[in-house]
Amino acid sequence: MRVRHAAYIALPVAAILLGLSPAAAKTIRVEPGGVDANEKLQEALILAEPGDVVELAPGRWTLTDGLSLDVANVTLRGAGIDDQNGSILDFSGQQGAGEGLLVTSDDVFLTDFAVLNTKGDGIKSKGADRIVYHQLRVEWTAGPKETNGAYGIYPVESTDVLVNRVVVRGASDAGIYVGQSKNIVVRDSIATENVAGIEIENSYDADVHDNIATKNTGGILVFDLPSLPMQGGHNVRVFDNIVSDNNTPNFAPKGNIVASVPAGTGVLVMANRNVEISGNIFDENGTANVMIVGYRYEHKDPKYQPLPKAIVVADNLHGRAGYAPAFPGGAEIAAALGGSIPPVLWDGAGDAVVNDAVGVLSLNLPDVSMPQSDAKPSPADLSGDAPAALPGVRLPESMEARIR
Amino acid sequence: MKLGAAAIAAALVCAGGAMALPPPSPNQTVIEEAAMPRKLSEFGLFRAGGAELSDGVLPYDLHTPLFSDYADKARGIWMPPGAKATVDADGNVQFPVGTVLIKSFGWADANDGKPVETRLLIHRSDGWTALPYVWDADGRDATLAIGGRRIPVSFDEPDGTTRSISYAVPNKNQCKECHALDGAIAPIGPKLRNIRFGAAYRTNAAGRIEGLSRQVAALPAWDNPASGSVAERARAYLDVNCAHCHNPKGSASNSGLFLRWTDDPDGVNYGIEKRPTAAGRGSGGMDFAVAPGHPEASFLIYRLESLDPGIAMPEVGRATVHKEGAALLRQWIAGMETRSAH
Repeated sequence: MRVRHAAYIALPVAAILLGLSPAAAKTIRVEPGGVDANEKLQEALILAEPGDVVELAPGRWTLTDGLSLDVANVTLRGAGIDDQNGSILDFSGQQGAGEGLLVTSDDVFLTDFAVLNTKGDGIKSKGADRIVYHQLRVEWTAGPKETNGAYGIYPVESTDVLVNRVVVRGASDAGIYVGQSKNIVVRDSIATENVAGIEIENSYDADVHDNIATKNTGGILVFDLPSLPMQGGHNVRVFDNIVSDNNTPNFAPKGNIVASVPAGTGVLVMANRNVEISGNIFDENGTANVMIVGYRYEHKDPKYQPLPKAIVVADNLHGRAGYAPAFPGGAEIAAALGGSIPPVLWDGAGDAVVNDAVGVLSLNLPDVSMPQSDAKPSPADLSGDAPAALPGVRLPESMEARIR
Repeated sequence: MKLGAAAIAAALVCAGGAMALPPPSPNQTVIEEAAMPRKLSEFGLFRAGGAELSDGVLPYDLHTPLFSDYADKARGIWMPPGAKATVDADGNVQFPVGTVLIKSFGWADANDGKPVETRLLIHRSDGWTALPYVWDADGRDATLAIGGRRIPVSFDEPDGTTRSISYAVPNKNQCKECHALDGAIAPIGPKLRNIRFGAAYRTNAAGRIEGLSRQVAALPAWDNPASGSVAERARAYLDVNCAHCHNPKGSASNSGLFLRWTDDPDGVNYGIEKRPTAAGRGSGGMDFAVAPGHPEASFLIYRLESLDPGIAMPEVGRATVHKEGAALLRQWIAGMETRSAH
């Protein structure tokens, strides 16, 4: 009896702690197709109160303007991600807004709908802590094109981010892009035919695992860039992913940093410290399975740290790689080495430990101001003792509870 | 466009003047407590049956205004009787609870000069809230459009070009996208350096806004060469048209591009040789937001001159290129000393 009694008390208390108010929470269901279907959907996202669910009926909305959500603890739930039975937000005729859906409130749960053909980014969340992206599809349906939007799933300036079981295709920058955020998990997702499949940029504490990154220009990128409010990216674990056949020619608009990613890149680490790349399966990445480089552009940010430091590569499986290195001078180096370069490529800047039983090619450019034409490629042995393993990311229980 | 504004004002006065009804005074209970009144008339901020501001609403203007598809704007401040605003150390006007900032949008040659929409920014005890109203076809009242709306509008641009656009009335969230400061809604326009009152209202304004008479250098008027150099006017334009998002607490904080009047105009964070961050197609294949000496290689210009939603800046509130504004910014960049990279 005592136990049962405690449970009765504990349940409502837990609900309060989670910020849920089950008595008041309601479901607002919206249907596609009517003349004012778009306005109704946006109104529902405005009128929703914390705890509410906005439910998208199956079908297709043809949207002319971006949608936005600024109410905390709201669930936006559709009927699925496939064209036949799912809830489809089609932005092919978009006339305004920089993204399809913008979320600016905390504790939001997005699940079971698709966002197609936005002119800019797909779904962006900014300053939206504890956001959960679950079972979503963001796609540019014509496949890789420079005119596609930049980011598919785009959380930025947020603490606690979960991207779980999403599919992203066709982004002209990164399919899944997490920027200037802390405590991040990207898992069980598929990124295909984007310039960058998954990108973690200027962020701290991220786990990227059990994803499939295939047919992108670069599979998984861990970047740090100068002159941004949050920089000094560190503590990123990239593990147990399948990173294969990332040989799509780069279709990013020039000027963007990802436009410099060579086709055929598996995992690319630029700047950052304490990045672990382990337990991944690599195959058929024409330039390299793993590339570790400094930020080699001119910059004027005295606080910026351009070198990769304490990068660990261990326990990965390496299939074929390095047979079509798509960086300047790559073909010549491959020819000199008998047709291909080793699966791990390092520009020689910063420091890394590579304990995989595969070759490492260093370009021997330790100073990031040295031009690539000064490269003196040679095999390098980077095996050794790795720094202490990172503890891994733990998200608040309320986030994991969303998807159970 | 000043003539246009006068025409609208005249039309409004006529519409109001024909009415024999007594002018209602603003309803403070509705202003402070009603969540989202369906009709604009419920506030009592306008004389019945039209868009003429009620007595006691203080009309104001700005040295450099935000560009909104060449719309003429009529602005007003309502403060509860007896309450006063103050000017803080940064020159921002701090309004009392119960204040409403009112902004009506219209074109002299569209919709018979009647306004198309009116936006309210209301200061309540729990903060500012934004509500967009679209005027009814008969021009006698306006109706809440929290989900936003697209309205076909035709008008003549200053250079004579006739333009037909799908004008976007922002939804309630989009109001906040521009008015967000640290995640909460805040006014943008009423800053000491930019606000101005017509001669008929100056005394009244000085009595209601403490510190209004403080001497500060006025923001240049972007289109008046007598008010500042090309660079100064360009910076005024960027402050008003961009910096509400492009500041460290605004909607574009993650871009690292900060365009406030107070920012260092030579710095990389002002766009000078700043590489794109999350610009996507907005880079237009260019390396820098501002390439000194080279407007044609500056994607800040590219984005300003685009109407494609994946490229255009600002992201909200523009379906027309502001040719004259872009020309000023081109002139500013062209006048910069070219750097070694070019």
